[in-house]
Amino acid sequence: MAADMGTILAGEVSSRTRNLRRWGPRSLQGWTNLDGLFRKACGAFAVSIVGLLALVVYQLVHASRLSIERFGVGFAFEKVWDPVTQNLGAATFIYGTFVSSTIALLIAVPLGIGIAIFLVEMAPRRVSSLVGFLIELLAAIPSIVYGLWGLFVLAPLVRVWVAPALRNTLGFLPLFSGESNGVGMLTAGLILAIMVLPFIAAVSRDVLAAVPQAQREGSLALGTTKWETIWNVVLPYGRVGIAGAVILALGRALGETMAVTMVIGNSPQIMASLFQPGYTMSSVIANEYSEASGPMYLSALTELGLLLFILTFAVNGAASLLIWRLTRGPGAHA
Amino acid sequence: MTSAGPTVLPARSISTRRTVVGKLMLGLCVAATGVALAVLVWIFGYVLMQGALSVNVNFFTQLPAPVGEPGGGFLNALTGTGIMVGVASAMSIPLGILAGIYLAEFGHGWLAYVVRFISDTLGATPSIVAGLFAYTLIVVRVHHFSALAGSVALALLMIPTITRTAEEMIRLVPRTLREAALALGVPEWRMTLQIVLPAASSGVVTGIMLAIARVSGETAALLFTAFNNRFLSTSLDEPMSSVPVQVYTYAIAPYDDWHRQAWAGALVLVTLVALFSAAVRLATRSRYKLEQ
Repeated sequence: MAADMGTILAGEVSSRTRNLRRWGPRSLQGWTNLDGLFRKACGAFAVSIVGLLALVVYQLVHASRLSIERFGVGFAFEKVWDPVTQNLGAATFIYGTFVSSTIALLIAVPLGIGIAIFLVEMAPRRVSSLVGFLIELLAAIPSIVYGLWGLFVLAPLVRVWVAPALRNTLGFLPLFSGESNGVGMLTAGLILAIMVLPFIAAVSRDVLAAVPQAQREGSLALGTTKWETIWNVVLPYGRVGIAGAVILALGRALGETMAVTMVIGNSPQIMASLFQPGYTMSSVIANEYSEASGPMYLSALTELGLLLFILTFAVNGAASLLIWRLTRGPGAHA
Repeated sequence: MTSAGPTVLPARSISTRRTVVGKLMLGLCVAATGVALAVLVWIFGYVLMQGALSVNVNFFTQLPAPVGEPGGGFLNALTGTGIMVGVASAMSIPLGILAGIYLAEFGHGWLAYVVRFISDTLGATPSIVAGLFAYTLIVVRVHHFSALAGSVALALLMIPTITRTAEEMIRLVPRTLREAALALGVPEWRMTLQIVLPAASSGVVTGIMLAIARVSGETAALLFTAFNNRFLSTSLDEPMSSVPVQVYTYAIAPYDDWHRQAWAGALVLVTLVALFSAAVRLATRSRYKLEQ
């Protein structure tokens, strides 16, 4: 195979160089200058990505300045959201974003790590490759399709089965009290769990696959069971990478918009019961932005977007750094 | 491997409890995988079923019927998605590839590290934020929703993916190929553009396809940038419909016929994603074979 590739590529090189002949050696000087120019041009495009980030931050800060000036730091702690009287606070949305993401992680982290263990420690190579592909396919499904499925399939299921079952068994907790009409915090958490599951599973799989075989053999040689080896040796060895996977998933969950908007119920309130409707930072922007009237209303919505951007940037940045540290450099991680 | 224990060591050294716990936990790992696959099959199956029942020729050839009337199709949305993804690609592909070349070929210092960090982090930015960015940048200035604003939002989402995959793929090109080119007197820029880049092309195209597949299903970034348009529009200066936004509008509306069409739209999106993913898997698999 390697030989084939060599022949093909060598052929390609010779056909390329034939074209070069007509340039002749006397323009070598010009080429060198062009080389410098080419490097600079590529560098400029690379730097423009940094510029793009700066522009995003500038635009968001600029567009939310009205709200920043008027509400200050209190914006994040104010529970009232009343566009008519222009009393605007972000607390209910921040609460909704964190609660729905927490539900998602509580469900998806154990499942995702379990899948990673199955793929790396148990499944034959071919099965592992195919199942891994199928689970990554979950990550490729557009958010709107999850939303549609959540609205027409998952929400009725929660209303008829999940919520009554939880109320009958754990109903003494305020979390699972009251009636559910299908849409609400719990449904949003469930759909988010499905959406972030592939990220946790895929990154954890890569992390576990990178654990040296000698670690496993050493543990097994001491007479442990396969599970004890996984639990006491393999998982602790990969804990940094798994933490990276979880943080990456958190970043996705915090910013996820359409699927959540369609199943969370969109009501700015803080309720103890997970069956009740809620609202997240991203879904209030999605729902109200195109109809927002008045500069203050728009500005407050933009500030929510700015807060969301800062939050997800910090979370995703932390995930990148953790995963890079593990793979020893930013280049190695696909 | 567990069975080796009891035969070598004294009896009961691996207690029944430890064996049972081990089997149980491994069983749970299999169950977790089963749950994920079941959900995948459930979602895909449901979308395929509902979509297949709903999709018809009108879906591809007709504009939306007036509100409340049954019939009509997604022609405006399909056209709009095509145009906006095309414009976004035209903006993001050259930038992404050249930035990728920089990172792979010349990126050794702190600047490259910063660019990598920012593009990885920007790549995970919520799409609604990309929508806000394009809104404040364009819609606020021209005072109306426009397809151009939608394209800019999509381009912002595409650039990081294209940059990073281009970098990774260009890195995979063997060093000997570069040395051969340089030894023949080819200047660096020609070597990069005409030898290294073509050798990495299948991987770079894969990255571009992934980016296109992702933004084709993108809703949040278009909600208040390109907005929606019930008529066929090809002007970048006007609001433009897209498949995901129209699916959203139809899904939350109270008409059964619109729900039916929303499922047809979802089927189109899911088919697109599945085809792209399968193509990417085939492309990367054959490349790995070549390397081995």
